[in-house]
Amino acid sequence: MVATTGSDVTHNIPRHEDLVNERLVLWYFLAALTFLGISMLGGLLMVLQLVHWNPFDGIEFFSAARWRMIHTNAVAYGFLANAFLGTLFWIVPRLTLQPVASKALSYFIFLAWQFIVLATAAAILVGPMFQDRDWALDFARRMHIANTLGAQGLEWGETPYWTDPVALLGLALVAFNFLVPISRARGPLYVTLWYYMAAFVWTFLTYAMGNLLPEYVLCGTSAGAVSGLFIHDLVGLFVTPLGWGLMYYIVPILLKRPIWSHGLSLVGFWGLAFFYPLQGIHHFLYTPIPMFLQYGAVVSTIAVEFVVATVVINFVGTIWGNAKIIFTNIPVRWFYTGMIYYFITCFQCALQVTLTFQKLIHFTDWVVGHAHLVMFGVFTMWIFGFMTYLIPRLLRRSWYSRALCEWHFWCSAVGVFVMFLDLTLAGIFQGYYWASLQPWEVSLSGSQPFWVTRVFAGLAMFVGFLCFVYNIFMTWCRVDSQPGDSAIAVT
Amino acid sequence: MLESKTGILFVAGIGFFVFAFVANVAVPVAMYKDQPEKTAEEMINSNILYQFTELSKRYPQSFEQAFGAANEENCAKALRLGRQLYIGEGCWHCHSQFVRPVSNESLRYGPVADTAEYQNELQRPVMFGTRRVGPDLSRQGGRHGNDWHAVHFFRPQTLVPESPMPEYPWFFAGSPDKPTRRGLALITYVQWLGSWLDSYPYYEELDSIKSEGY
Repeated sequence: MVATTGSDVTHNIPRHEDLVNERLVLWYFLAALTFLGISMLGGLLMVLQLVHWNPFDGIEFFSAARWRMIHTNAVAYGFLANAFLGTLFWIVPRLTLQPVASKALSYFIFLAWQFIVLATAAAILVGPMFQDRDWALDFARRMHIANTLGAQGLEWGETPYWTDPVALLGLALVAFNFLVPISRARGPLYVTLWYYMAAFVWTFLTYAMGNLLPEYVLCGTSAGAVSGLFIHDLVGLFVTPLGWGLMYYIVPILLKRPIWSHGLSLVGFWGLAFFYPLQGIHHFLYTPIPMFLQYGAVVSTIAVEFVVATVVINFVGTIWGNAKIIFTNIPVRWFYTGMIYYFITCFQCALQVTLTFQKLIHFTDWVVGHAHLVMFGVFTMWIFGFMTYLIPRLLRRSWYSRALCEWHFWCSAVGVFVMFLDLTLAGIFQGYYWASLQPWEVSLSGSQPFWVTRVFAGLAMFVGFLCFVYNIFMTWCRVDSQPGDSAIAVT
Repeated sequence: MLESKTGILFVAGIGFFVFAFVANVAVPVAMYKDQPEKTAEEMINSNILYQFTELSKRYPQSFEQAFGAANEENCAKALRLGRQLYIGEGCWHCHSQFVRPVSNESLRYGPVADTAEYQNELQRPVMFGTRRVGPDLSRQGGRHGNDWHAVHFFRPQTLVPESPMPEYPWFFAGSPDKPTRRGLALITYVQWLGSWLDSYPYYEELDSIKSEGY
């Protein structure tokens, strides 16, 4: 099932060096970390704006609102997409025992993807400066598009309209590059590859749906239904399956035991595949979208939380009896902390999706806290775990400092959880300020203590990130490199 | 099927996605087929024309330079640009555009959102929004004068000291009385929001609303 270098090597199994392009994996990780740093600075700028501490207020290039869009898009496409592509280039060839379709294509995809991310950031920043020119206005009108130069009006999809065909081509090539080795693989497919195969199809379809329909074809209420579906599917059908694919791959390797129940793996995959795509409209409850569709979205959201519970039980069953390993093994700790956060967000989601909760918490910081716990607390932490495991293997030397690995973990895990609790509470306050018809300013001054707390929670996460980057740099610069797996201290 | 490549690709990958697409997208599209998309020109009404003309009188030099005459054609042009800036500047990430039938929102803002309001070019893609750092804007038109908006865009804290809204001096040639094309367009767009309704409550006067026993 899993090709492990150095053990059980028979001459039928191809060598790791012939399967995995390690340089590309490292490139993807470094690109991902670069964009994560940029994204965190964007988020910091936005929260400094909220607490009136923004030193750049009034400077067009540092517009907090534009950087807020860079914050989300850099996380989705710059960080998560790059990091997951890195994991795919490591995992897929090792699980299928086949190299990817084409080495040249892999490099092309890498460059094309960085171009898309940078073009998006540039367009968001510079686009609005030229939107008032006559040619820009005429072009938008002639082409029937909403915005010529800057962001396109789709949350989590502010990629300007002219990058969409490039991104779709890139996603199709990614799917091709990895589906070829999967189709060539013999024997039963491992769980990870179920999630990956579905993710290749879903990501392409989701991106096409969200970036074409509400911009060119649909308006109003039905466009809202598509936007909801896009936001939701981006998390549920692109990030989630790639994240769980990673978990199913790495956890049995780190714990040196198989996944507890194959049956539950099946329930988890097929339950997620069926229920997850049905929920998009729950982002727009109480809108003019027909009420029966809203009820449908609520019910399927609650249903998926039961599916999530089976997946979590499966992973708890896998570590059962050996849980002390999280004290010593930092990657395992990343993965299981992320999974606990995953369970918390999903449990929270089953409550907040109900119309009763929505009345109070929709439009508030509660939702922002939820989003941060999902995107950072779960998927970013899983990626950090995999990077902590893999970077010493890619660089062929042990970590420069285990203490910095610990700092990275604790700053990130505590920081994001404080931010989550803080924003959840802020959301309840904001909801009551509004519903009780207080003047708007009351909700603003009432939010200040929460926003100030949020600044420091975010700074803790950023400090953790800096520890990680510094640790990677010092590991890279180490002279006493020791080749081989045995030298890696933290796993 | 459950573990085979074709099962995963075609049933889970394509099949379930298409099923969800039909349930979540095709149904509302079919339901609102009788309400085709209106153009920006068709969305112009006397309220927004009044505001647009007022802008031309209040800032004659800037207006002449930016749009020329205050007619319907130029008003539609201003609305399109204003909305492009509303998207491009990320306004809609802190201001929603729909009033819900719960949480006293109709008292604060006005009539609950209705599909017919959104079936037009200026809601493609729709600007529902998901967060309210500032208030909902779908019933904002006419709440404040154009001069209020100019000063507010230039430096929101002048008018609302608690406001965390960023300053937008790049909509002006140096001072709030000299809005550029971008500034005029965005003010026009904000004044247009809700202008198709006859009236709505002014939550600045909430005390009187509450004392009237609503």
